[in-house]
Amino acid sequence: MADLVSHPDEVKVVSQRFGKGAAAMDRYLELDGYKAVQKALASGPEWIINEMKASNLRGRGGAGFPTGMKWSFVPKESAKPKYVLCNGDESEPGTCKDRLILEHDPHAVIEGVMIAALAVGAKTGFIYIRGEYRYLVDIMRKAIAEAYARGFLGKNIFGSGVDLDVRWHTGAGAYEVGEESALMESLEGKRGIPRIRPPFPAVVGLWGGPTVINNVETLASVPHVILGGGEWYAKLGTPKNGGTRLFCLSGHVQKPGVYELPLGYNLRKMIDDVGGGIWKGHKLKAVVPGGSSVPILKADEIDLAMDFDTLMKAGTFLGSGGVIVLDDHTCIVKFCLRTTKFYQHESCGWCIPCREGTDWMKKTLVRFHAGGGIKRDIDNLNYLAENMLGRTFCPLGDAAAMPVIGMIKKFREEFEAHLEGRPCPFEEHGAAVEQLPVLA
Amino acid sequence: MADVTITIDGNKVTAPAGTLLIEVCKSIGTEVPAFCYYPGLSLQAACRMCLVEIEKMPKMQTACTVPISEGMVVHTTTDKVRQARKSTLEFLLGNHPLDCPVCDAGGECELQDMTFSYGAAESKFMEAKLHRDEQQWSPVVFFDRPRCILCYRCVRVCGEAMDVWALGVQNRGSASIIAPNEGDHLECEECGMCIDICPVGALTSGAYRYKTRPWEMKHVGTTCMHCGDGCKTTLGVRRHETGMQIVRGDNRDKSGINGDFLCIKGRYAFDVTHSDERLTQPLVRHEGRLTPATWEAALELVASTFKRIRDEHGGSAIGVIGSNRTTNEENYLLQKFARVVLGSNNIDHHRTADFPALAAALKNTQVRTAGMRDVFNAKTILLIGNNPTDQHPLLAWQIRNNVRLHKARLFVVNAQDIKLHRQATAFAQVPSGSEAFAAAFLAGNDSVGESVGGDARNALLAMRQALKGAEEAVVIFGSEIRGAQVKAAVNLASALNAKIACLGDYANSRGAADMGLYPDLLPGYAQTSSEIFTGHWGALPEQPGWNIEQMVNAARDGQLRALLCVGSNPVVRYNVDPFVLQKTFLVVNEMFMTETASLATVVLPAACAYEKSGTFTNTMGDLQVVKKAGDLAGTKPDFEIVIEIADRMGFDVRKLVSLGGGTRADMGQSRGAQTGEADRHAVWLEAQNLEPRMTPFDPAAVLDEIQRLVPGYGEASRLNVAAGNDEHTTALEAGQGSATSDPDLVVPSEDTLFTSGTLGRYSNTLHSVIESRRKVPADKKTPV
Repeated sequence: MADLVSHPDEVKVVSQRFGKGAAAMDRYLELDGYKAVQKALASGPEWIINEMKASNLRGRGGAGFPTGMKWSFVPKESAKPKYVLCNGDESEPGTCKDRLILEHDPHAVIEGVMIAALAVGAKTGFIYIRGEYRYLVDIMRKAIAEAYARGFLGKNIFGSGVDLDVRWHTGAGAYEVGEESALMESLEGKRGIPRIRPPFPAVVGLWGGPTVINNVETLASVPHVILGGGEWYAKLGTPKNGGTRLFCLSGHVQKPGVYELPLGYNLRKMIDDVGGGIWKGHKLKAVVPGGSSVPILKADEIDLAMDFDTLMKAGTFLGSGGVIVLDDHTCIVKFCLRTTKFYQHESCGWCIPCREGTDWMKKTLVRFHAGGGIKRDIDNLNYLAENMLGRTFCPLGDAAAMPVIGMIKKFREEFEAHLEGRPCPFEEHGAAVEQLPVLA
Repeated sequence: MADVTITIDGNKVTAPAGTLLIEVCKSIGTEVPAFCYYPGLSLQAACRMCLVEIEKMPKMQTACTVPISEGMVVHTTTDKVRQARKSTLEFLLGNHPLDCPVCDAGGECELQDMTFSYGAAESKFMEAKLHRDEQQWSPVVFFDRPRCILCYRCVRVCGEAMDVWALGVQNRGSASIIAPNEGDHLECEECGMCIDICPVGALTSGAYRYKTRPWEMKHVGTTCMHCGDGCKTTLGVRRHETGMQIVRGDNRDKSGINGDFLCIKGRYAFDVTHSDERLTQPLVRHEGRLTPATWEAALELVASTFKRIRDEHGGSAIGVIGSNRTTNEENYLLQKFARVVLGSNNIDHHRTADFPALAAALKNTQVRTAGMRDVFNAKTILLIGNNPTDQHPLLAWQIRNNVRLHKARLFVVNAQDIKLHRQATAFAQVPSGSEAFAAAFLAGNDSVGESVGGDARNALLAMRQALKGAEEAVVIFGSEIRGAQVKAAVNLASALNAKIACLGDYANSRGAADMGLYPDLLPGYAQTSSEIFTGHWGALPEQPGWNIEQMVNAARDGQLRALLCVGSNPVVRYNVDPFVLQKTFLVVNEMFMTETASLATVVLPAACAYEKSGTFTNTMGDLQVVKKAGDLAGTKPDFEIVIEIADRMGFDVRKLVSLGGGTRADMGQSRGAQTGEADRHAVWLEAQNLEPRMTPFDPAAVLDEIQRLVPGYGEASRLNVAAGNDEHTTALEAGQGSATSDPDLVVPSEDTLFTSGTLGRYSNTLHSVIESRRKVPADKKTPV
């Protein structure tokens, strides 16, 4: 279990129960647990969706789609059963927030799923947990069992006459399954390969039924929106970017960790103040602000409000909230290789550009970083990435292409420094990259 | 759906809303390349080759998944699109081996074609290509992984279209690989559809691989010589010391009633043509042994003996047994030869379905027969008896894919739990032998309900309800229903306002029946006294002749002095005691030394269907062309053999084969004016815009007469048939509709996917696949 960190600038909403033993039912109830779902039951679907819309809560998985709007797309009448699906396949390198929620506050996730189900008229919810989070499955399994034992789940919940089931499911270890349609395939017991869209899950999802899919953090925020009200939640953030979110500050900072900050919090302040600045007295080189897939920012580009719109204007994305900080001892080529290795390993292989593109990028970078690079490789890498971008079946191709394009664009001189058989100029410090929270 | 108008590269196109963009592009001749898109299979959007620009959409879209909508503006020739295509090819060629000069697909490869069209000639990478060793999945399927571009066509055609599900994908990312169901090998129906659909040379055929190049073959589109479905198969033929060699069977141009489909027999069992056991020399029994002889000597012996017996004992002392796998022209000629030259009605063949009973039952009804295409388009299909998956693979394909693609309802009544049960809306398992009662019950006859038993009765009752108001229905029945019972099937079809079909087993079983290989029926199921034929052929023996069983009895009694057996093995099929035929002068036209041939006095080596021209009529009544791939030295088509015998018997062969008079201008009038009898054949030819034939050896001359005289064949377009298309004939419903006597003579072949009567015994391919040795039928195996 990870140590918790804190900072005075934090606004603790979704993380308010962290470290308070809320995984146990009684403790959760003491901390206002299962009040939101009862309020939601009493107020009806329309009210819930209106509150969600008012909250300006945007999807915390990475795409930032407004949650209330997503729920409102689900048809009221449906011949097939409707489902709510909680995406706990958190696998984007640099992202480790859902893990804390599932560990410290599993009932909030269950409650969020229940409220979503009430809002769209679903009778079944699924909480899909990443295969590598095996220990969290145990926590969630216990939490669900407790909820059933108390009559919060099952037949006639809270005596309301409403039946509602929530089940957990675990993946087998594929990043790709974090993509919502691939997740549905996986949950249905098939290969984790994305589906053709449209139709979107809200219309045709799990087993063909209308399905709402939300990230763990999104759903864990829902009870707070319901209890505090949409307006209150919206005001915590900036216009159009309601509320707070968990930022996973990692890399070469003094105090890495998961911090809950309002949307719009300044990135430089996040690194210097919240994170305690760059470690070992080094200087900042670059930041990847939204999980490893988003374009990199140079040290002089980080005076930015951390919200979806501002970062998009800056040519990158807020993504999953994984802020990866790199110091000036980091070899960008090696970082690029490390990132590419991940996407190569995780490419599902369904479509040609991603399957072949990630593989050739990796092969080229391995040789390149080892000193076997030729000048044309740099253009080739860029060519590969440019020709993947926007042409793959699912966003994983973009996720693999964007970092490469960004790093070549902004750190071309470092790539060139590796040419002509020269060893990596950072090699003696290269180990630092290995410490990045990048799984492969 | 309503029509919408879209713009493709500046051209306005109108098409139904919801049509896939790639299809609309294709319809106006705008090529949008694709690997994974395949009409009729599920959409993948995996190859990204068909990306096009659509205005107002931020990213390029895959044309294979976008349904068109009003006002859409599409660009397929922009630099962006061109670059996307080029880079996709570059991605593929990164790992694809450049072994085109030895690859089977070279010259027929979609990747090769696209590389020529869209470029990507430059090598960008220096790392080694991914390699895996080639695998043999079955005697007929090889997999060369490095060539695979993972379009998943094979996986889908095997699963979705064949309902076999023997292929899947293993691993992920660049390690993804197509894998067979049994780990290192396939257990499936061995249809080879996966090979045919592979756009590159990743899946190759055991029969064809590394043998030749596509441009070195002649491609002959003909009709398969095996089962009764009549698939079009394109034979790849190359020169060979024995005359010619067939090295490949496929459905190259996807035309014909079978479209994409071929089973193992159509694709590989052409190998019987080149069997080591083919007879290539006439054999005459000399001092008890069959000894090689010249064609002249053998034919002379046959002709003189037939002539002597006919003249001494009358035609009724001679019998003729015809074939299920000779052409319509040969069958027609053979029975005409028997009746006109030999003066005998003793003619029969191995019957595998009771077509005459159906013809009789259809008399005075409105029920029409269904063609193979009808089965793919019908809204309701009722299948009683038979197991098409094994016995009629194309029919099973048509049914399965009609259900899959058009949501047709399938109702199955069978004594066994057949594989098509999986596609069935409803299934009723009835006791073996009660199929006709089930049909009668479904038609509303409650009194037969007890005959099928309680559970089956309930299932049938539900089925009867579900069938009410069925539209565009087809009733298909197997040889389980025969004789008078066929009426029950016809009544049911009548009640459902349905078309009907009866399933016979061999390539030209239906043709043998339609052409009158019966002792009591002339072509078109006409009675032996029918004026249609006596009017043209002159007097015929009036009494019905002997059927097979009676011929055998007559042989035993010494009354059948000669027997001509053409492409038939009655000794095995009808379990004939070999000693019975001792006293009979037995002439056998055969490809192989069968049990019957081994008893013969004279054996004449016959050409097979791939070595002759003519037509076949499949079991559904679809008339199709049989095209000659080449000659096998030493053999003759049965057509020629019969004419030569007639000629050597001193018969004027122009009375046997109508040539149509002298010249077109003559039209027979000069003779007609004198005799009061015009050359009706010449007049008919003129009216059909056909030329008189130059030689009696031209089977088309007999087809002319068939079309002129046999009811139900006249309407078939010769142009269409000659062009390799199918024409539905209606001899069953249009004919005279007489039944022949003994339904017990119907002996179904009970072939499986891996047997094909006598022919199948000589196919190395059919023997080589492990499934052919398996005890459990293919359809009983659970899908993986």
